Amino acid sequence: MKNPQQELSEIKSMMERSTKFLSLSGLSGIMAGTYALIGAKLIYYWTESSITATSYLADSISGQISRIIWVGIIVLTLSILTAYFLSQKNSRLTSSKIWTPAGKRFLTALFLPVTLGALFCFALLHLGYFELIASTTLLFYGMGLINSSLFTLNDIRHLGFGHVVLGILAAFFPAFGLFFWAIGFGILHILHGSIMYFKYEK
Amino acid sequence: MKGNYDKAFENIIRLRVMSVLMVNEQYDFNSFKELLEVTDGNLASHLKNLENSGYILVEKSFQKRKPLTNYSATKAGKKAFQSHLDFLENLINENKP
Repeated sequence: MKNPQQELSEIKSMMERSTKFLSLSGLSGIMAGTYALIGAKLIYYWTESSITATSYLADSISGQISRIIWVGIIVLTLSILTAYFLSQKNSRLTSSKIWTPAGKRFLTALFLPVTLGALFCFALLHLGYFELIASTTLLFYGMGLINSSLFTLNDIRHLGFGHVVLGILAAFFPAFGLFFWAIGFGILHILHGSIMYFKYEK
Repeated sequence: MKGNYDKAFENIIRLRVMSVLMVNEQYDFNSFKELLEVTDGNLASHLKNLENSGYILVEKSFQKRKPLTNYSATKAGKKAFQSHLDFLENLINENKP
């Protein structure tokens, strides 16, 4: 047998690789952040232009809301697709598979709160509480991240706490909802993604 | 000396299998195969060996008409692994200058 140090580090690496999803790419965080910033910019232009044009009434507000929802859905879909493809590439490099028991646990831990949050947002939209959407998405996503940190690299916890704090702030200052949303989904993702990239992939 | 060098964990694949089962309640055959990158026959014989030592439990079932074989560590297996770990740790501490 090899020396005991090697044997212990072998045991540790097996325990980690079988419980933690390690192929999440930092680049996907950077890309997701960029999509979110572009989306936020678009929404900002639309809402800004309608505030100056006083002729817009309830009719166009509902049109605006549905456009905003579409931007959200497109940003989310693009982010998930990017994360999927980059992680697949990454898992080939680290020779760990993507669809492992650990990967499944990570995805469940992340997307259970996110899905519930999305349903809650639809209820808010239905009741007309538009000003709470930014806060709610930030809060539920942040809780999903904190929840999933048990099954991946621990660093994701910080990203989760960042989102939760921004979510609370956005609830108190709904007028700056979009601003907090852009900081969370945009800037924090880019920051976290870059840190992960330079820490683990470089 | 504390701990005991267990021959069952002398083999690297059995050591890895047991490490995985210490931190996962259950782990199935195919996931083992992918994680450890070993052939079916090789993996099966090592799992059989651990089963015969009474260190792991086998549970066969079906999922979407495909056979699913799940493994879990027994109490005896966990104890033996812990003792093996203690032995390694002691060995390292003793060899420290």
